[in-house]
Amino acid sequence: MNQKYETVIGLEVHSELKTNSKIFCDCTTEFGGEPNTHTCPVCLGLPGVLPVLNKKVVDYAIKAGLALNCEIASFCKFDRKNYFYPDLPKAYQISQYDLPICKNGKLEIEVDGKKKTIGITRIHMEEDAGKLIHQGDKIAEAESSLVDYNRAGVPLIEIVSEPDMRSPEEARAYMEMLKAILQYIDVSDCKMQEGSLRCDANVSVRPIGTKEFGTKTEIKNLNSFKALQKALEYEIERQIEVLEDGGKIVQETRSWDESKGITVSLRTKEEAHDYRYFPEPDLVPLKIDEEWIEKIRKTLPELPNERKKRLVEEFGLPEYDAGVITSSKALADFFDKCLEGYDKPKIVSNWIMGELSRLLNANDLEVEDCPIEPQDLVELLKLMDKGTISGKIAKEVFEEMFATGKKAGRVVKEKGLEQISDASELESIIEQVIAENPKPVEDYRNGKEKALGALVGQVMKATRGKANPQLVNKILKEKL
Amino acid sequence: MRITKKDVEHVALLSRLDLTEEEKEAYTKQLNSIIDYMNKINELDTEGVEPTAHVLPIYNVMREDEVGESLDREKVLENAPEKENGQFKVPRIV
Ligand SMILES: [Zn+2]
Repeated sequence: MNQKYETVIGLEVHSELKTNSKIFCDCTTEFGGEPNTHTCPVCLGLPGVLPVLNKKVVDYAIKAGLALNCEIASFCKFDRKNYFYPDLPKAYQISQYDLPICKNGKLEIEVDGKKKTIGITRIHMEEDAGKLIHQGDKIAEAESSLVDYNRAGVPLIEIVSEPDMRSPEEARAYMEMLKAILQYIDVSDCKMQEGSLRCDANVSVRPIGTKEFGTKTEIKNLNSFKALQKALEYEIERQIEVLEDGGKIVQETRSWDESKGITVSLRTKEEAHDYRYFPEPDLVPLKIDEEWIEKIRKTLPELPNERKKRLVEEFGLPEYDAGVITSSKALADFFDKCLEGYDKPKIVSNWIMGELSRLLNANDLEVEDCPIEPQDLVELLKLMDKGTISGKIAKEVFEEMFATGKKAGRVVKEKGLEQISDASELESIIEQVIAENPKPVEDYRNGKEKALGALVGQVMKATRGKANPQLVNKILKEKL
Repeated sequence: MRITKKDVEHVALLSRLDLTEEEKEAYTKQLNSIIDYMNKINELDTEGVEPTAHVLPIYNVMREDEVGESLDREKVLENAPEKENGQFKVPRIV
């Protein structure tokens, strides 16, 4: 990146709340139903219907606000945000404008070992829109579009950050921490691939040392951490190039084109942003008292940073390990479950950060969908400790467990992978290796300690890695 | 504040209304007389008066998070001018 410029990033994150029913009607929020089967006169915006607020939505919004260190409003209301788009059946979205439920929060992130606090401007409640399928390659070429209103009316919270981030890495770290917190407090499942966690980024650049912000653009359509980071990297470069060429940044909405790796202007008309908000007359305001807030506060679980601290203090894990493991609640739960049956925390953390994460990534799986249960890993680790299998073989067994869902003991038995710890069996193999490798044998006898390694390697090869390495070393030394 | 014909055109565009020249003139006049009338409120001292969020003094009307029956899809799509594969079909958007 150009050293003359500083980047300023703020994020608007939408998170679907995991209530059973929609925000203003009792249709299910379940994902993936047949089109338009989770709809009713209220969420279809038919004339004469009245919305009624789902109490759980308010509970969850308060919970998110508390977890993000916000002030909870004692009084708030809903407003109508007016615009025409086919995914919005009423031609307005019920949202919150000037009196959101939460404001003035903060969140701590860590990038390259440096801690930084990112301000949260506000959190407000609103309803999600329906889903459009354009009949054509892209919207501009589509002759028509199909609309499914199953998602219309699913509750959302929008979390707006301060423009406190200074790099795509910080933006990503913020988003990851936000996701972790929302999952820890169990208000959203945050499945980015299903759109239950989405993000728009406001980004601008300015010459270093300038006080005023540069003109910003807003990037929509960021549905993965990778997309967020890549889109920001591209957009920052683009803006700097425009400025370096003596041009001006146009304030506009841009869309991230994943396949081309570029952001493109959506060229929306100025008028489109005139939402003419006004108080929603169909819903009465909310008064939130201390009692309500305290009741929700009592349901707050241990949050990622607290849990990280506990893993360091209680189990002696390195800061780095604790950070990785607590980055996801599911991973941290996996760790805790393993420790119930196995008391070597560092070994468990090595396996979780190593083999487990590697296989999850390679198979594009979330921890929640991991085919290996904590107790299965514990069984494997115990087989290793007992000397039934070697560390190297354990990795092979783990892969097989991951692929087939079979338990460790069964894989070891079926594949005949038990470690050979029987001295007499090893002795005959070792004698053969000594006979067949006169050169390293002679080298070792002449004082070259290193030559022993070559011989151990030959024994491991002959036993397909099953020989007990300590025993092989011992017998070899005796024989030589 | 005076409402101009340009304001009327802007609001009409936002509301997707296709107005004739005569209508634009008429609405400009009518909207101005409404604004003039509303301006009377500005004569009042509203210092310390909370903005009205709702005309009824009622708060916290909520329901429990329970799932009920949705509408039958036949019914949902009954009034749709066009439909396809259980979905509403709408003309070109942009
Ligand atoms: Zn509904």
